[in-house]
Amino acid sequence: MNIPYTVETRPDTGLTNGKLGIWLFLASEVMLFGALFSTYIILRTGAPVWPHGELSIPLGAINTVILISSSVTMVMAWASLKLNDWAKHRLYLILTFVLAAVFLVNKYFEYSEHLTHGEGPWHSTFLAIYFTLTGLHGLHIVGGMIVMAYFIGPGAKLWKRNPEQFANRIEYTGLYWHFVDLVWIFLFPVLYLL
Amino acid sequence: MHVDAEAVRKSVRTYMMIGAALLAFTAITVAANLLHLPVPAAITLALVIATIKASMVAAVFMHLNHEKQWVYGALILTVAFFIVLMSVPFLTVTDTFGTHLTGPVAGHGVTAGAPPDEHAGH
Repeated sequence: MNIPYTVETRPDTGLTNGKLGIWLFLASEVMLFGALFSTYIILRTGAPVWPHGELSIPLGAINTVILISSSVTMVMAWASLKLNDWAKHRLYLILTFVLAAVFLVNKYFEYSEHLTHGEGPWHSTFLAIYFTLTGLHGLHIVGGMIVMAYFIGPGAKLWKRNPEQFANRIEYTGLYWHFVDLVWIFLFPVLYLL
Repeated sequence: MHVDAEAVRKSVRTYMMIGAALLAFTAITVAANLLHLPVPAAITLALVIATIKASMVAAVFMHLNHEKQWVYGALILTVAFFIVLMSVPFLTVTDTFGTHLTGPVAGHGVTAGAPPDEHAGH
């Protein structure tokens, strides 16, 4: 039995099932991160003192550049498929994966800098919300990397069997990845700069 | 929706330009932080820049500038709930309405109570 509307669009929505599905999933993710941002606002407005200078702005800025670049490579990975350039698609998708890995390595250095000084989430309200927000965001990065690894590896076979369905799957992966970048676009100034 | 290859070819340049713009706005965000603006202005400026960047990602990279009604509908509903969610902290401080609040200073929170006595200790 074939899953319907993976390539052709539904007559009622004008969308493929996957496209509507990923957007509905992202809507739920907006509420998830929104709840944590709302928590941040409550904690910060209720605190008599809010620490500054605890996070490395250069490292945060570098991570922002890395994620923005990975968003560009991700959309180019999809665009390359639409232009029937398989080699370019592989290059851009692998590049996106590598950039995500570099982001996580930076995050590791940032976390260990604090944790080796005994400054975990238990240390202060600021660090509690910092580790929660960036930890959840980091888990989303890992999730995206798992999906990308699948499409770099065994999932790539679908390109030969059904190229349009494969391109759609890469598009949905891209939508998820751009959302992860979008969250960081707000996380960086809120946690590092303000 | 089947995307035309020619349309995608034309979009590639746009993707690169938007990527460059996002990097430029990131530099502006960091530079603005060095100005040490008052907290309300700093928050406003940072969030305005972040919203501009997020809008570019959503419109161009996520193709929201030419999506279908069902996606717009789902997102409008999400935005409505998101506004309610972000308004909740505001509701927690409604009991401080009418009390004197000292102006927020960078590095310190807002405190309620009587204004500081300027002549204390003199």
